[in-house]
Amino acid sequence: MGFKESEEQLLSKVATNGGHGENSSYFDGWKAHDRDPYHPTQNPEGVIQMGLAENLLGHDLIEEWIRKNPAASICTEEGISQFRAVANFQDYHGLPFFRQGVAKLMEKVRGGRVKFDPDRIVMSGGATGAQETLAFCLADPGDAFLIPVPYYPAFDRDFCWRTRARLLPIHCHSSNNFNITSSALEAAYLNAQKSNITVKGVLITNPSNPLGTTMDERTIRSLLSFANDKRIHLICDEIFSGTVFKPPHFISLSEIVESDPECHRDLVHVVYSLSKDLGLPGFRVGVIYSYNDEVVACARKMSSFGLVSSQTQHMLECMLADEEFTSNYLVENSRRLMERHGMFTDGLRRVGIRCLEGNGGLFCWMDLRSLLKKETLEGELELWRVIVNEVKLNVSPGSSFHCAEPGWFRVCFANMDDATTERALKRIRLFVNGETEEVEEKKKK
Amino acid sequence: MARGIGLEAPLSKMANSNAHGEESPYFAGWKAYNENPYDPKENPTGVIQMGLAENQVSFDLLENYLEEHPEAYNWGSGPSSFRENALFQDYHGLQTFRKAMASFMEKIRSGRAKFDPDRIVLTAGATATNELLTFILADPGDALLVPTPYYPGFDRDLRWRTGVSIIPIPCHSSNSFQLTLQSLETAFANAEALNLKVKALLITNPSNPLGISSPRSLLEDILNFINTKKIHLISDEIYSGSVFSSNDFVSVAEIVEDRIHINSKQVHIVYSLSKDLGLPGFRVGALYSYNDKVVKTARRMSSFSRVSSQTQKMLSFMLSDEEFTLKYIKTNRKRLKERHSRIVDELRNSGIDCLKGNAGLFCWVNLGEFLEQKSTEGELKLWKVIVDEVKLNISPGSSCHCSEAGWFRVCFANMSQETLEVALRRLREFAEKIRATKKIS
Repeated sequence: MGFKESEEQLLSKVATNGGHGENSSYFDGWKAHDRDPYHPTQNPEGVIQMGLAENLLGHDLIEEWIRKNPAASICTEEGISQFRAVANFQDYHGLPFFRQGVAKLMEKVRGGRVKFDPDRIVMSGGATGAQETLAFCLADPGDAFLIPVPYYPAFDRDFCWRTRARLLPIHCHSSNNFNITSSALEAAYLNAQKSNITVKGVLITNPSNPLGTTMDERTIRSLLSFANDKRIHLICDEIFSGTVFKPPHFISLSEIVESDPECHRDLVHVVYSLSKDLGLPGFRVGVIYSYNDEVVACARKMSSFGLVSSQTQHMLECMLADEEFTSNYLVENSRRLMERHGMFTDGLRRVGIRCLEGNGGLFCWMDLRSLLKKETLEGELELWRVIVNEVKLNVSPGSSFHCAEPGWFRVCFANMDDATTERALKRIRLFVNGETEEVEEKKKK
Repeated sequence: MARGIGLEAPLSKMANSNAHGEESPYFAGWKAYNENPYDPKENPTGVIQMGLAENQVSFDLLENYLEEHPEAYNWGSGPSSFRENALFQDYHGLQTFRKAMASFMEKIRSGRAKFDPDRIVLTAGATATNELLTFILADPGDALLVPTPYYPGFDRDLRWRTGVSIIPIPCHSSNSFQLTLQSLETAFANAEALNLKVKALLITNPSNPLGISSPRSLLEDILNFINTKKIHLISDEIYSGSVFSSNDFVSVAEIVEDRIHINSKQVHIVYSLSKDLGLPGFRVGALYSYNDKVVKTARRMSSFSRVSSQTQKMLSFMLSDEEFTLKYIKTNRKRLKERHSRIVDELRNSGIDCLKGNAGLFCWVNLGEFLEQKSTEGELKLWKVIVDEVKLNISPGSSCHCSEAGWFRVCFANMSQETLEVALRRLREFAEKIRATKKIS
């Protein structure tokens, strides 16, 4: 209609600056998948989605629980008497038993080694909403948080888009398994100071996305100590805490905080969600757990912008109150993840592909450096395009996670069934051997 | 908890500001209620909550529907439908749900406007919609024009995290608080003179707290105005289903499509199921925009506040049922109208005037005669007496930025008929007592 240019002028900078992050290659692969999605019978040649960190492995357990507990729904005969009270409930404190249930779940995930106070639990619109809310509470426009690379691409949107805060990298290298070193941390902080950027805190993810590893105690302690020394905040995103499937066991920031009476708890904030551990991303259950009373109060007020549906809170408060169920679920969830991880990494190992030694998360950090034509960003993206368009697997290139070393790829394994996993491994095998499924089929004929 | 003196890291300026608005008497009254809530049996002398614009008159219709339609609970048929729903996090939202919302919005307008489901962006409540839209239309330091009196929550929703300011357009009882083109022009000119960049006009239609809908002529004037000034129009229509007579409500949607010379790309409608369906807990808000770029951006931004897929699925069943929705809309309107008439009549018998309303879950009541001084202080003093002694939480007009002292918003749809009667009796007795006291003195 010819209004295009002046239309854009009518919108804000936030609306037009690309801060939504969807121009990243992380999302391009999704688009390729959406155009040609794999289906075992309807589209067996399609792109297999290995770029989405979802957990499908435990849904049958939850489904069974729901079937056996009709009163957890406010729509059933058994539950309808709760309908109006629940439908009317919009208090931003959330349903009390919902908060209790989430606190209990978080304790179980940490083997009972730490207690969580339900009154410190604040709801948010998924972990996406939680990260943004914390950024609004802790950072002014232009302020920065330090973040180890590689990191989840959407943090750029969640932490920076509307808040105008910044994320500055802490450089990590494959030479020491991408662990965070004190020198890298100090260097990142100094760099910010040189550029006159105010550092307000550090943002870590444990277990790490995309690495699939948990942080050791020494690293957590040194991060906490760093935050205390510099008087800056420490946010730990623990949304994958319930997906740790083998040793070393998960050590949470909370355990370290509780064990250290000298540390300044006012600086510590944890983000959680039910999207990964319970496989419920559609339900939008995000949690901020802060040891800082003011942050709890502020985040709670902000939660008005992203409360969890009371219908969903009610269902979950019933489910999470069933301690036998949640304990069994967590054990079985870990077991299934371990099996799937084992199956996948074994398959990769057989064709000479190494992954970073992982013990958690829904993905592997795959080392494809030997397959690069050139050890550059372009080389990585060229390889990635081949993998998406010819091998028909959507994997995520390390550059989309801001990884400085070309050739690493995140590949998700928990968002599909066994047969699809086998299919994906077969395609990888053929690719490494210089073949494709088409060629193989022709050979058979 | 360990607290090193002087060693805490500071929070953001935003966290330290009080732009969240919770210090307002609007919220203070809720606290008074929470500390001493009325209950007919357990606490018959407690505070009756009349400061919460909730719609509790039609729950039975929803409950009956659910009892008769167990498929709304079962996540649909098929072995993996729970999984599919639990995994569904596409920010487009369930297509069936968007279609159902579009259809519901059309029915509320008796088919006088059409809504394209692909222009609906879902957000967690209108609170999120208004904030999101402000982020998209305005930069920090820009301004939105909002006629007064207005919903107190706008101070938080439009300003707190966005850094945008509100320029009030005062409206007066002399013309029933109607917004006029004149006052719009004046407010805009004043803003320009102060070098404030106005990016949009936000109207609430039907109005909260006034309980009146905007006449067609005004909406036409507004559309011409925003077209000329090249600013956006946000029409918050969350009470559209509560207009007592369907023919009384004119939505901007009806006019926009007719007028080719109007740049519809500047028009955006906010909706929610919190008031019309009485489901504030479910957090279902929607943005309907005629601007493709706004729709796209809003969709991306809705990642921070999406509607639970469980809730989307259940409501899409309910709202796709045409027979049910038509019946619901009609019955809900009728019940609200009856409540409204009851309260207006009783107030009149007590010699208390209301603004002549045709919509909403509240009345705009004139208690000016009971003020000791005709000022904000006088109004707040009276309000304290009404909360603490009459034990009714009603909302003082000053919390809605009303420019005239003495007006109060009184909600009537968030309680049983019996509780309403108790509240009305308390008000009548209060009025009689004050008048008697004045006669003696």
